[in-house]
Amino acid sequence: MTAMSNKLLQNVIIKGTKQGLTLHLDDSCSFQMLMQELDAKLSANIRTQENSPLIKVRVHTGNRYVDEKQEAELKELILKKKIFQIEEIKSNVITLEEAKRMKEESEMTSVCAIIRSGQVIEVPGDLLLIGDVNPGGQVSAGGSIFVLGTLKGIAHAGKHGKLEAVVTASVLKPSLLKIGDIINPTPENFMQEAHEMECAYVEDGQIIIDKLQVLKRKRPHLHKFEGGF
Amino acid sequence: MGEAIVITSGKGGVGKTTTSANLGTSLAILGKKVCLVDTDIGLRNLDVVMGLENRIIYDLVDVVEGRCKLHQALVKDKRFDDLLYLLPAAQTSDKNAVTPAQMKQLIDGLKQDYDYIIIDCPAGIEQGYKNAVAGADKAIVVTTPEVSAVRDADRIIGLLEKEENVEPPKLVINRIRSHMVKSGEMLDIDDITSHLSIDLIGIVADDDQVIKASNQGEPIALDPNNRASIAYRNIARRILGESVPLKPLDEEPKGFVAKIKKFFGVRA
Ligand SMILES: Nc1ncnc2c1ncn2[C@@H]1O[C@H](COP(=O)(O)OP(=O)(O)OP(=O)(O)O)[C@@H](O)[C@H]1O
Ligand SMILES: [Mg+2]
Repeated sequence: MTAMSNKLLQNVIIKGTKQGLTLHLDDSCSFQMLMQELDAKLSANIRTQENSPLIKVRVHTGNRYVDEKQEAELKELILKKKIFQIEEIKSNVITLEEAKRMKEESEMTSVCAIIRSGQVIEVPGDLLLIGDVNPGGQVSAGGSIFVLGTLKGIAHAGKHGKLEAVVTASVLKPSLLKIGDIINPTPENFMQEAHEMECAYVEDGQIIIDKLQVLKRKRPHLHKFEGGF
Repeated sequence: MGEAIVITSGKGGVGKTTTSANLGTSLAILGKKVCLVDTDIGLRNLDVVMGLENRIIYDLVDVVEGRCKLHQALVKDKRFDDLLYLLPAAQTSDKNAVTPAQMKQLIDGLKQDYDYIIIDCPAGIEQGYKNAVAGADKAIVVTTPEVSAVRDADRIIGLLEKEENVEPPKLVINRIRSHMVKSGEMLDIDDITSHLSIDLIGIVADDDQVIKASNQGEPIALDPNNRASIAYRNIARRILGESVPLKPLDEEPKGFVAKIKKFFGVRA
C-alpha cells in the first residue's frame, strides 16, 4: 500500500453502532474520491449472511454540502450493495434557502384582517391574526395559529406535520380544525356553545379542545420567545 | 362629476334590482339627477321594475358596440322632470359581450352628466360582476337575513375590498321580518353586522307591497307612506351624507307616537 492510497483510505470512516453503521465522510477531499473510497470500503469490509436483515446506515458528511444530485449518487452507491438501508444523510451545512425556510418557520407573522369566505391566508411559521376568520375563510400555518377574534372558518396548524402546534382563538368555533394531518370531528351542538378563550392541541393522536389556561402545562414550549435564528 | 354606486350581493334574488330601482327613485325624489344602469345582460329586469320596458329601443350592448349613441339608449322616466334615466341591459347577448374596460369607459361618460349612477349587478362573481364593478366608486352589498345570503355577501365584500377604486362597501339588510327575528328564527341585525363587519346603511322590511309595486312597474319608493319606501328613502338620504338614525326597522309611523313625530316633522 502506498502513502497516497493510505491517505485516500482515511476519507471514509465506518463505525459500527447498535443501530447499524455510521459512515463519516471527510469534507476536504473531492466528492469523486469520496465515492470511490466509499465504494471500495463498503464492498471490501462488510460481509453478511444470506437472508440477514438490511443494515441501517447513517451518513454524516461533516462540513461538506451535498446537493440533491450528489445525495442521489450517494444513495445509489450504498443501495447498490443490496445489504443496506439508509436511515439518514446528514450534513453540518445547509443552503441559504433552507436556512431561510427554517428562519421563516420559527417566525411569527401577524396579520390584521378579516378573512372572509373564499379567502385564504397561509404563513410559514406561527400566525397571529388580529381579526375574524369567517365561515368559508381559511388560515393555515407551519406552526401555531393564534386568533384575536372569532374563528369560524377553517384552520390548519402545523401543516408540515408539526404536532406540537396549537390553535387558539377568542371565540373558537371552526368549521374544520386540522393540526398536522389530524382532523377534529366537530361534536354536535358545538356551534351552539360559547367557546370563548379556548385552544386546540393534539394529544394521543386526537385534537383536544380546552380552556386557554391548560396550554401552559400542555405546551410549555410556547412560553419563550422564538425566532432569532 | 357624479359618483357611481354598484348594488351587488353575490347570491341571487336577495333584492339588488329592487334596491337599485328604489334608491334611484328616492335620489330623484330628493332632486338628484340619476342614471340607472342594468348590467344583468341576458336577464334584464330593472326596466320591468321601473315600468319602462315598453320604451326600450337600444340597450347597453348597442352602445358598447357602437350601434347607437349613449343618449339614444337612455330611457327617460317621465314621472320625473328630467331627473331619472335608465340604461337597459341587452336581453339577447350574453355577459361576455362587454368587457370591464368598456364598462368603465361608459360609466365614466355618464358621470359627466349625472349626480348618481346606480349600477344593478347580476348575481355571481364572474364576468357580469366584474363588469358591474369596473366603473364603480362605491358599493352597496345587499343581503337577506339568511345564512347563505350572508355567506355570499361575505365573499363579495372580500372581493370588493380588493378593488382599489371602490370605497369600502356599505350594507343593506333586506326583507327583515320582525316577528321571525323576535322569535329567533332569523339572523338578527347584530348577528349579520358583526359577521360582516362593514357599515350598515339601511334595513328594509319584508313587505308584500314591494312585490306588488314592482309587478306594476311603480317602485315602492314612490309611495310616501310605505315602511319599505321610507327605508329606501332613508338610505338615499344617507348616501347624500345626511345622518339619519338607523332603527332596527324603519317602520311605518303608527298611532300616537307617530302622530307626535309627524307633528314635529320627524320620521323614522
Ligand atoms: N323588501 C322586500 N319585501 C318583499 N319582497 C321583496 C323585497 N325586496 C325584494 N323583494 C322581492 O324579491 C324578489 C327578488 O328581488 P330582486 O329581483 O330585486 O332580486 P335580485 O337580487 O335583483 O335578483 P337577481 O339575482 O335575480 O338579479 C322580487 O320578487 C322582489 O319583488
Ligand atoms: Mg336583479
